Amino acid sequence: MSNWVKVAPFEEIPKLGARVVRTKDIDIGVFRLEDDRIYAVNNSCPHKGGPLSQGIVYGDKIACPLHSWKISLVDGKAEEPDVGETACFNTKIEDGIVYLELKD
Amino acid sequence: MQKMKLVVVGNGMAGMRTVEELLKIAPDFYDITVFGDEPYPNYNRIMLSPVLANEQTIDDIILNTREWYAENNIALYTNARINKIDRKNRVVYAEDGTSAPYDRLLIATGSKPFMLPIPGKDLEGVIGYRDIKDTNDMIETAKTHKHAVVIGGGLLGLEAANGLKIQGMEVTVVHKNDWLLERQLDNTAGGMLQKSLEAKGLNFLLNKDTEQLINDGNGRVKAVRFKDGQDIAADLVVMAVGIRPNYALAESAGIYCNRGIVVNDTMQTYDPRIYAVGECVAHRGISYGLVAPLFEMAKVCATHLANFGIGLYKGSVTSTKLKVTGIDLFSAGDFMSGAGFEDDGREEIVLHDAVGGVYKKLVIKNDKIIGSVLYGDTADGSWYFQMLRDNKPIHEIRDHLMFGQDSLGNTGHQGQDKAAAMTNEMEVCGCNGVCKGTIVKAIQDQGLFTIDDVKKQTKAGSSCGSCVGLVEQILASTLGGGYAPPSTSKAICGCSEKNHEEVRAEIRTHKYLNIPDAMRGMGWRTANGCATCRPALNYYLLSTWPHEAVDDPQSRFINERVHANIQKDGTYSVIPRMYGGVTTPDQLRKIADVADKYAVPMVKVTGGQRIDLLGITKENLPNVWADLDMPSGYAYGKSIRTVKTCVGSEFCRFGTQNSTQLGIDIEKAFDHMWAPHKVKFAVSGCPRNCAESGIKDVGIIGVDSGWEIYVGGNGGIKTEAAQFLCKVKTAEEVMEYSGAFIQIYREEARYLDRTVHWLERVGLDYVKKRVLEDAEGRKAAYERLLYALQGSVDPWAERVAKRNEHKEFDTITV
Repeated sequence: MSNWVKVAPFEEIPKLGARVVRTKDIDIGVFRLEDDRIYAVNNSCPHKGGPLSQGIVYGDKIACPLHSWKISLVDGKAEEPDVGETACFNTKIEDGIVYLELKD
Repeated sequence: MQKMKLVVVGNGMAGMRTVEELLKIAPDFYDITVFGDEPYPNYNRIMLSPVLANEQTIDDIILNTREWYAENNIALYTNARINKIDRKNRVVYAEDGTSAPYDRLLIATGSKPFMLPIPGKDLEGVIGYRDIKDTNDMIETAKTHKHAVVIGGGLLGLEAANGLKIQGMEVTVVHKNDWLLERQLDNTAGGMLQKSLEAKGLNFLLNKDTEQLINDGNGRVKAVRFKDGQDIAADLVVMAVGIRPNYALAESAGIYCNRGIVVNDTMQTYDPRIYAVGECVAHRGISYGLVAPLFEMAKVCATHLANFGIGLYKGSVTSTKLKVTGIDLFSAGDFMSGAGFEDDGREEIVLHDAVGGVYKKLVIKNDKIIGSVLYGDTADGSWYFQMLRDNKPIHEIRDHLMFGQDSLGNTGHQGQDKAAAMTNEMEVCGCNGVCKGTIVKAIQDQGLFTIDDVKKQTKAGSSCGSCVGLVEQILASTLGGGYAPPSTSKAICGCSEKNHEEVRAEIRTHKYLNIPDAMRGMGWRTANGCATCRPALNYYLLSTWPHEAVDDPQSRFINERVHANIQKDGTYSVIPRMYGGVTTPDQLRKIADVADKYAVPMVKVTGGQRIDLLGITKENLPNVWADLDMPSGYAYGKSIRTVKTCVGSEFCRFGTQNSTQLGIDIEKAFDHMWAPHKVKFAVSGCPRNCAESGIKDVGIIGVDSGWEIYVGGNGGIKTEAAQFLCKVKTAEEVMEYSGAFIQIYREEARYLDRTVHWLERVGLDYVKKRVLEDAEGRKAAYERLLYALQGSVDPWAERVAKRNEHKEFDTITV
């Protein structure tokens, strides 16, 4: 069953930046790359739970603000040699609005 | 699209290092085929001596396992010696008939031991010392034979002799020159070395020319005969008189060679499809036999193979260490001095303790170290080598130089000199809890050669950085000759070839005003940089073109983006300004009210004489700021932090000057100032120095007749005492002098340099020249600082006023 929720107008997510979406269980970071692709991952670094949405976005990665682990926004995996993974979520843009697919 | 084919001839350290570098930057560019004439995958050749000395096994020194080749889709042919390159059809042929076509070819055939052209050189029992086979031959021979002769008293010869002795043979080292290691040591150190090796049971024959090797009648060597007629018994003769680049294959294919395969600075041969790296090449007429230059070549070559077209290899300065356990020896650069060298301005500093077995010599020319020899105590080897490579003027520290880095008078946690004395269980990196043993194991098992590798794999030194010196020592002592310290003028990050100074210069010349233009103009390799270069670029743009460059919040670290300091749980700390550390009942009431209203978990007095509210959520930051109605203390930024003051002459019975007022004035004047790193001031009202001016970026001490200004102090990771800059009469002069100093630091230091790091590089003399001797320059620098700060506003008030535009602070709830 699909579980799409409305996040915000596209332009309210800063380029090379992120917004935090609070769901009933977790916070999800919604990120906008330079080429306007939108990705969403669990807002918690696999290292020590740092809020990834507060890091620096570059390429398709995010550098965690606490200890600079580099996490891929595409697959949620930590850049080697660090090992770890954070959950990813599907996103879409319709009529200028960003949507996020929550998991059951 | 079909991939290009890269064939690598030579499965050794240089070739495989190039492949590794290539896979890092362009993993899918080529189908790679590797030919090696040994039966093993790539192993660490410099660790053969520890194998011979029973300190390591063959398995320990394998760098790339067969699985590694398979995982990276590299076709590996071992036991396959290439004997023909057909350049016209671009195919290589192996002796066993295997062939492989190529689009690009990399030759890394290494070198061969030079065998003296004397009668008997082909007898059984006469070998070179180059590979695993030679090592195994020696170990096997030692089981059945007694007398070993090593011809050649160089690094390799001595390591072979030491190993053979440990394997149980009687060993004599024969050397042509007056002393051992004549290319690495002067005669004093050479003599000391000989003594300690004799104590280990080795015999030496110096000034001996070998005439022939004598047959025992069955085709095996039985003795060595010298030109003076003397014979000595020999069941095994190891020739270690040097290596020769192995370029016969390239030469037979018509590639231009001149005592090596001739390559340009991009490691390209005269055939543009063919590259060469390692000991087989002649670069600018020099062939290298040590591992560090090979890795530099590999890095450059990989960028060209990947079609990036960047990076030039410009030759290497090398240093050496002898890998004989129990003997510490280090040499670098041009270390000959004394007789015959007086005329070209060389000076030497020598410390010689013949009984204690310590000898240190530094050769200095034009105020710079050009060479060093250390025997018995090599702890400062990499420090001297770093200064040598950086051409660092030494007159300021000359009187302490010989006594090592620890003698410079600072306390702290940098860790030089300690690595050797540490046990494996001792902690090296206090931030990440990494022990010495973990680091040594990672270096050996994973084949690490650089500080960056060690940082990545073990995390040691990757947080606060204070233990990097210690990690570097462990790396150097584990690798021996394999270690080359990084040059300090390295690239800003992996996104660009350019170093900090080049980036700054281009931003000024081309007047880049935003990050995208700067990256495009300077040929950045990545679309939008990385978390290392973007904050640096943003700072360089703003500091070079104040009021014109565009500040990019997304290129700032979170703390500067939201003007608060992120904590481990994702909350923030809020520290309002208290100019000069002076507050009022009204401010304290406001702070108390805010702490109550937001149930602030901790209220703490900071080291910078103000009050910290910890545990504020991001959503609440603007509300807290609005309620406080106090300016931001910039306690989170690479910026002016506090101006710490003492009570001063208004109240203190010892005070000679009004330090409190001057502190307030400075903090107000320089408020909102961004800098390469944090900047801390202090003003004390008398020499009792209660504000601790001696460990601040700018420390001011009031005396009866005026103010003394100290610069470059640091109370952090490594405590550094500030250096005396000058004494001035008035508070206005303090502002002008210290402002000029800070402005020049803002304009010229590398991003993330504290003033002490910048001063270490440029020297106090430079600063004196700019700030003291050049009055107009000083005034102009101070004016530029005031101009840059003109019209700056409090960031908290600004965000409170424009709350609706700063969606940053709002969480979306679904």
